Amino acid sequence: MTSRPRRTRNRRPGTARWSLVLALVLTAWLSAGCGVTRGDEGNDMTMMIPNSPGGGYDQTGRAAVSVLERDKILDGSFEVTNVIGAGGSVAMTRLMNAEGDNHMMMTAGLGVVGSLYSFGVDYKLQDATPLAQLIEDQEGVLVPADSPYKTIDDFLAAWKKDPGGIAVGGGSSPGGPDHLFPMQLASAVGIDPRKVRYVSYDGGGPLTSALLGHKIKVGFSGVGEFEGQIEAGELRLLAVSGDERLTNDGVEDAPTLQESGVDLTFTNWRGVLAPPGISEERRQQLIGLLEEMHDSPEWQQALEDNGWIDAFKTGDEFTAFLEEQDARVADTLKELELL
Amino acid sequence: MDSLGLLWDGFQAAFTPMNLMYAAIGVLLGTFVGVLPGIGPAMAIALLLPVTYGLEPVPAFIMFAGIYYGGMYGGSTTSILLNTPGESASVMTALEGNKMARAGRAAQALATAAIGSFVAGTIGTILVALFAPALADVAVDIGAPSYFAIMVLALVMTAAVLGSSRLRGFIALFLGLTIGLVGLDLNTGQPRLSFGVPQLADRLDIVVVAVGIFALGEALWVAAHLRRRPLDVIPVGRPWMGRSDWRRSWGPWLRGTAYGFPFGAIPAGGAEIPTFLSYVTERKLARTDEFGKGAIEGVAGPEAANNASAAGMFVPMLALGLPVTATASVMLAAMQGYGIQPGPQLMTDQSDLVWTLLASLLIGNALLLVLNLPLAPLWAKLLRIPRPQLYAGILFFACLGAYTSNLDPFDIALLLVFGLLGVMMRRFGLPVLPLILGVILGPIMETKLREALTISGGDLSTLWSEPLAVVVYIVIALLLVVPPLLRRTRPGLDERMHEVIDERDDKELVER
Repeated sequence: MTSRPRRTRNRRPGTARWSLVLALVLTAWLSAGCGVTRGDEGNDMTMMIPNSPGGGYDQTGRAAVSVLERDKILDGSFEVTNVIGAGGSVAMTRLMNAEGDNHMMMTAGLGVVGSLYSFGVDYKLQDATPLAQLIEDQEGVLVPADSPYKTIDDFLAAWKKDPGGIAVGGGSSPGGPDHLFPMQLASAVGIDPRKVRYVSYDGGGPLTSALLGHKIKVGFSGVGEFEGQIEAGELRLLAVSGDERLTNDGVEDAPTLQESGVDLTFTNWRGVLAPPGISEERRQQLIGLLEEMHDSPEWQQALEDNGWIDAFKTGDEFTAFLEEQDARVADTLKELELL
Repeated sequence: MDSLGLLWDGFQAAFTPMNLMYAAIGVLLGTFVGVLPGIGPAMAIALLLPVTYGLEPVPAFIMFAGIYYGGMYGGSTTSILLNTPGESASVMTALEGNKMARAGRAAQALATAAIGSFVAGTIGTILVALFAPALADVAVDIGAPSYFAIMVLALVMTAAVLGSSRLRGFIALFLGLTIGLVGLDLNTGQPRLSFGVPQLADRLDIVVVAVGIFALGEALWVAAHLRRRPLDVIPVGRPWMGRSDWRRSWGPWLRGTAYGFPFGAIPAGGAEIPTFLSYVTERKLARTDEFGKGAIEGVAGPEAANNASAAGMFVPMLALGLPVTATASVMLAAMQGYGIQPGPQLMTDQSDLVWTLLASLLIGNALLLVLNLPLAPLWAKLLRIPRPQLYAGILFFACLGAYTSNLDPFDIALLLVFGLLGVMMRRFGLPVLPLILGVILGPIMETKLREALTISGGDLSTLWSEPLAVVVYIVIALLLVVPPLLRRTRPGLDERMHEVIDERDDKELVER
């Protein structure tokens, strides 16, 4: 042994103090950020977001949290965590494991339903405590401005003739809304969904560039993200998937599928869940918070800014809706032999 | 045409004391966030969104731009000093940067990274200001076939970094490709190599893999040998870049910018591929045999590529309203929060905001240099901390980084697994670089190939259907054909070079 270790030891007090200070600062900072110090008595809540910052769930979840906080609806503070992984299955697993936790919520939606199937997780959204559905987002059928398909009928006619020859795309992976929508559409017009040539893109941005660069002929995605392109005349919206036409400028002329003679209504939706096993009283309390949030002018403004459709339903109505959605997703995936 | 005039107006709008202050806050926050592993610029901006609701759009975006560039630069600091890259874009910087730091040249590595970031960011931002709409139209034409061709080129270039033992190199490369397979299959949604663990349903985070293999592997390896081998003392280097550092840096800065910017501008381009291409190019062009021991070119190039690609991201974002990175989508979400509709009309409808943003990017970039250049020698002093404590700190930061990105203890376990893999690789003399490349290149290559083939319905001819793809294949052919021809015409010189290279690689191997 040389003298080096001893020298190190002599220095240790100073360094140790320095490390201790650093550790304390970091712990303080982390616990401030993560709510580690939160007791069961407090009113602080955690909102789990099942995907990355900037994604759809993130926008909806953070908008809801900011209204809840700004209007002091919740007498406490909200912490938002993005739990990324397996299209929401990781966040969902964490929610299921937090049984009885009165201080947690999670933003969920149609995409999570599909990814739970894709990953073979055996619980469903309705197994947690469904609180409320917040919004709906219509899916649209989009083509580049110079596409030969002028109307949805043009496209459907061509698609029926050669389903395997037309490359279509969407912004989600198999099981996600942009994948389920074209498959259900194909099914509704009598095309075997297994023949559909679907390319999945990593979100709306890459999907738009693929459309603008004529890599694919038709895109299926939430309309909200594309309003800019539609207004600028670079993309054309052939049809929307909901019950009623959209009312925003530039997209109000697009017919619904029902108007075009296709018997299909499809909407992407997002809502809020709580962990399983919370008391009925707490459930009603949380639903009450969300109802108050929904009635605030700030939330109405957020809906308008983001182009979301107000589709608020709570409690048992929401649970029934989740069951219906779950069955539909399972059917589609079975038809595709992905299940 | 009058882009410069508009940019001048932008400067006048941005040059208010308040805006400058927001730019400075953004740059500082960004650097801080970049230094802390696990929190990327996207997360930082998302966290700040509620804070900025009270601000006007212009100062808010100035701050966001500062965070973005600051984060891109800050990631290099930990890469160089601690061998723990904070984000995927600075993985390549760690390779030579950390070697430089351990040779007592940390200050120079940090300085060339800072100046390279500044040069690349400035050139990139000016290119965005002048050509964004035109570039955006070209960028959307680049599809999966061209991208796949570029991946093939990258794979051919990896041959240069396999090391002297081809077998070991290929073992490492295939290990990396296997790690890259983990996750849900993109076309069918079926899990691959995920063993029923939901956390493995997505592709492994390249940062966790790199930090595990670089930093944890290194720390464990050193710990295992502490008794037998005295620690080499890190020499105290000079605080500033010398003349030869400047001479060797400017070429890589410009080449790195040339690689990085176009990749940032094309959809789903990212910074991983250009930083790698820049690294390999510099390694091939290097006239000294310093690569593997801390060559400044290997820091200057990738860092410039990294920041140029960060600037390139603004091309699709501002010209088309398309987010191509997580940071861009958070920024666009913020725009929607202000009631601004992102889209192709952004540059005309919101031209004040866009030009002020571009001007503030340039200002932020300059601030970044002013703040960070004097800090380089101070940061370098961090390495004087006694080695056991330094490695403890590295382990702490590595675990913190793995944990904070998702608040999931599973990620720490994953980090440890890769740390152990890193130790084993050092034990058996497997080079780590090919593994990292396998993890980076494999998934992108697969995605692009399958995307191209799905669109064409399985028709292989689609792979050379785009002009850019053809050009890239010609480059590959030249790369494969020309060096052997040269060797035949000038045998003496080339053999000598090869001897040098082999010797260098052997030494590297022994060092590990």
